[in-house]
Amino acid sequence: MGMQELTYLLQGLGWTLILTAMGFLGGIVFGVVVALMRVSSRPWLRYPAIAWIGLFQGTPLLMQLFVAYFGLPLLGFDVPAWAAVGFALTAHASAFLGEIWRGAIQAVPKGQTEAANALGLHARSRMFDVIVPQAFKLSLPATVGFLVQLLKGTSLAAIVGFIELARAGVIVSNQIYKPLVVFGVVGVMYFVICWPLSLYGRYLERRMSAGVSK
Amino acid sequence: MEQSQQGGAPMIEMRKVEKWYGDFHALKSVDLTVRKGEKIVLCGPSGSGKSTLIRCINHLETIQDGEIVVSGHRLNDSQKAVDAVRREVGMVFQQFNLFPHKTVLENCILAPMRVRKLSRADAEATARRYLDRVRIGNQADKYPAQLSGGQQQRVAIARALCMEPKAMLFDEPTSALDPEMVKEVLDTMIGLARDGMTMICVTHEMGFARQVADRVIFMADGEIVEENDPDTFFRNPQHERSRAFLGEILAHH
Repeated sequence: MGMQELTYLLQGLGWTLILTAMGFLGGIVFGVVVALMRVSSRPWLRYPAIAWIGLFQGTPLLMQLFVAYFGLPLLGFDVPAWAAVGFALTAHASAFLGEIWRGAIQAVPKGQTEAANALGLHARSRMFDVIVPQAFKLSLPATVGFLVQLLKGTSLAAIVGFIELARAGVIVSNQIYKPLVVFGVVGVMYFVICWPLSLYGRYLERRMSAGVSK
Repeated sequence: MEQSQQGGAPMIEMRKVEKWYGDFHALKSVDLTVRKGEKIVLCGPSGSGKSTLIRCINHLETIQDGEIVVSGHRLNDSQKAVDAVRREVGMVFQQFNLFPHKTVLENCILAPMRVRKLSRADAEATARRYLDRVRIGNQADKYPAQLSGGQQQRVAIARALCMEPKAMLFDEPTSALDPEMVKEVLDTMIGLARDGMTMICVTHEMGFARQVADRVIFMADGEIVEENDPDTFFRNPQHERSRAFLGEILAHH
């Protein structure tokens, strides 16, 4: 495998990172909305969030990518492949992050809400001054874990012809007929990004449980 | 109901209050009037409804029937009434419930700034005054986890006082504390009582009850069973349930 092939793989890696960033950042923005809707006491906010989470957790990411890639043009949105894939990943991430953060919000001890209520704090202040900062900390390990899943999940974009790292691997492998070498290199590239993230997630989790038990 | 001890105007009035948790009848036609400046100690076996009772006063629990009036504000489900009542009533919890991600000072200024719309400087000045008063002023920049249980509970008292409440509710404030820290919290509460604060305390600290209570109220099975001045209550409990209860807790002290 020469320099040219390696460069091609690195370009694929670049796209993998861009897709991950799109999905993750979009997922953060809309995930916050989903999580807040999910814990709302108003049914007309809560039920759409429950449906959204159920839809994306209950179907394969692959299918979600297909629907976005072929469905958006059918709806009259003539978007490039990266936008369709980014759209699908954002929707996917918003559901998963929303559910992670829903759990974190509800994991903040009830006494915190009661103290905020007893002090007369209103819903907005109670949520953003008291609950969310604590929920954010609680959710960090799971959020980092999902980031790793998402990064690996972007490999599915290959199926709609998008040339990210996995697809670049297929192409190079077909050119030089050394699948083991090529996919070995591809695997190492995924690994050197995902592994430190996983370690970081585990570190956060350890630090958190140490904090809880004093 | 007759009140002989204090001549103040009614601060908290509960009339025929009924509270259910599903099939469980937690409060049975509770009548209670607390006058301005009065100190009430509420005791009784666990599950008797004493915590539920004070949690109804600031609407942490909703009631199914009856009426609660706090400082002239009749409590109902409207946010406005609830806000008005919570502005007048401070609460201290068994588990402190300080905000762990905020420093002691930040814990104390949050509600005054958000609810009473004080400037940061005013809120801090008030907070430092009350933190000094509970003798914890030098810990203002620490986080709750860096303090002992007794110190945390004193911060919780200061945090409630920062809203300048007219009455304070204490829900077993010393039950979660190590024995050596109980006194510092009780001393703070005694100081507050001396300054004329209206207080309802759910507690089993009978020494505290003797020292500051105007009335001791004994509850069992969701009802107020006996109500008396501390001397009479401890020396000559009228009701069989109160005698049994006193026998239990005094045997352990």
